Amino acid sequence: MDDMEQLYQEIILDHYKHPRNKTALRAEEVQADEENPMCGDQIQLAIEVDDDVVQRIRFDGKGCAISQASASIMTEQLQGKSVAEAKALIEQFVAMMRGERGIEPGDNEEWLSLSGVRKFPLRVKCATLSWRGMQKVLADR
Amino acid sequence: MADAPFDVAKIRQDFPILQQKIYDDKPLTYLDNAATSQKPQLVIDALVEYYSRYNANVHRALHYLGEQATSRYEGVREKVASFIGAASPESILFTRGTTESVNLVAYTWAQERIQEGDEIIATGMEHHSNLVPWQLCAERTGAKLKLIPVFADGTLDLFALRGMLSDRTRLVTVTHMSNVLGTVNDVAEIVRLARGMGAAVLVDAAQSVPHMPVNMKELDVDFLAFSGHKCCGPTGVGVLAVKPEQFEHMPPFMGGGEMISRVKDLQSTWADVPYKFEAGTPNIADVIALGVALDYLSGVGMEKIQAYEKQLTEYLIQQLQSIQGLRIFGYAKERGGAVSFALDKVHPHDLSQYVDQQGIAIRAGHLCAQPLMRRLGVTAVSRASVYFYNTTEEIDRLKESIVKAQQFFDHG
Ligand SMILES: Cc1ncc(COP(=O)(O)O)c(C=O)c1O
Repeated sequence: MDDMEQLYQEIILDHYKHPRNKTALRAEEVQADEENPMCGDQIQLAIEVDDDVVQRIRFDGKGCAISQASASIMTEQLQGKSVAEAKALIEQFVAMMRGERGIEPGDNEEWLSLSGVRKFPLRVKCATLSWRGMQKVLADR
Repeated sequence: MADAPFDVAKIRQDFPILQQKIYDDKPLTYLDNAATSQKPQLVIDALVEYYSRYNANVHRALHYLGEQATSRYEGVREKVASFIGAASPESILFTRGTTESVNLVAYTWAQERIQEGDEIIATGMEHHSNLVPWQLCAERTGAKLKLIPVFADGTLDLFALRGMLSDRTRLVTVTHMSNVLGTVNDVAEIVRLARGMGAAVLVDAAQSVPHMPVNMKELDVDFLAFSGHKCCGPTGVGVLAVKPEQFEHMPPFMGGGEMISRVKDLQSTWADVPYKFEAGTPNIADVIALGVALDYLSGVGMEKIQAYEKQLTEYLIQQLQSIQGLRIFGYAKERGGAVSFALDKVHPHDLSQYVDQQGIAIRAGHLCAQPLMRRLGVTAVSRASVYFYNTTEEIDRLKESIVKAQQFFDHG
């Protein structure tokens, strides 16, 4: 079960079972509505940016443990960051998941926990779904 | 012979892929047969034999190899016709698979027979490959597409069909066996209703031909489509069987070599059926191997396969039902061995990843039936689907693994 435990580390299972910042969203709040057509995973995002800082991210969605945990982790990681910092983090995260960037000394536990997904190429899209949604929302800021 | 026991251990010996262990020490438990079946050694050998002994183009090569290849290729038309009870070898068209077969009808027959304001009736349980071609066809022709509703037990609402049929209905297109719900639809009754209104009937037999005796003449359908790869044959080859009188309404599909009679500078005349619909060098090797696959299935016996799979499916459903928090989709009495289900609190992708690590292959996702998923109120399901080489021990292994997955994902 080594690979399984690597894929579904405690942190991921914890975020899956107890998602942070997950809440029902009203249609008019939704700024990104991402779907993975391959498996039907869905993520909706509502984002508040003030003073060029990402103040608050809420999400809703349906899907596998990886997609939902990754969204939960993302909300925690990006809240409080400036728009520029958030964009840079998203890029680094996506690059890590695609194997274009290795693990680096400063990477936190949550990132490391998601890095196990890289061994399962079909699941990488699940992990990046919410991050890509966030990227789109921030693109024109 | 009728009650000779079904020797599944012996049958498994015919399939080299089933002999292996994966992830070091896990016996491969293949329960994704609705997606594609495994291949017996005979079929694999047929491909090698073709390429190593008599590879040549068909129909045009006037030499020893060409004659060998042509006669074997054409021989498969006869085998297919008798396997599915089609009118004649000439009524068998080789395609790439069910998808291409359906598209062939939608681009040729439909183009001539379906006009603006006409109606096409499909069902709410179709695979995308028997739905999207009709959405496109409706767009091109200005016809209206309607779907027969699906009851909660996974059967079709044929009362609704009566109300939907009209003198504008040109085609009723329906899956013989649902790849999601397992339901075997009452094609005979659908044909009876459709005929009453003068509509033609297409049956998507991708899931039925591999698992039960199918007889096109008895069903009295106009078109029947299936894929070789789901019935022990290779990928890349499928069949469209056509009721001969419908050929009158079928202009060519693709243009090119082989499908012509005489080509002039600016126009041409067409070859006779079936060649008119097989432009270019066909998939010779895979067609020949499909013939071997059908011979193999006939040797095992389609009735026996059906009877054995019925037992296996009952056992599978029983075992799944005994798992807490597991919900099965589809309770039709007439059904095949594709069983879809959802677990409380474990997403289908997580489940299939989990059981995969124990060597068990099942399917997760929308199963190419998004409209049906919406009706079921889910975005994805898990599906276990059996074939005649599966065993009850494999089903036990699946059950055990699902229960472990529940503990893994649903603790705390
Ligand atoms: C009911 C049904 N129809 C059509 C298809 C499409 O078959 P193919 O992909 O071989 O064209 C499938 C299989 O995926 C199926 O299960």
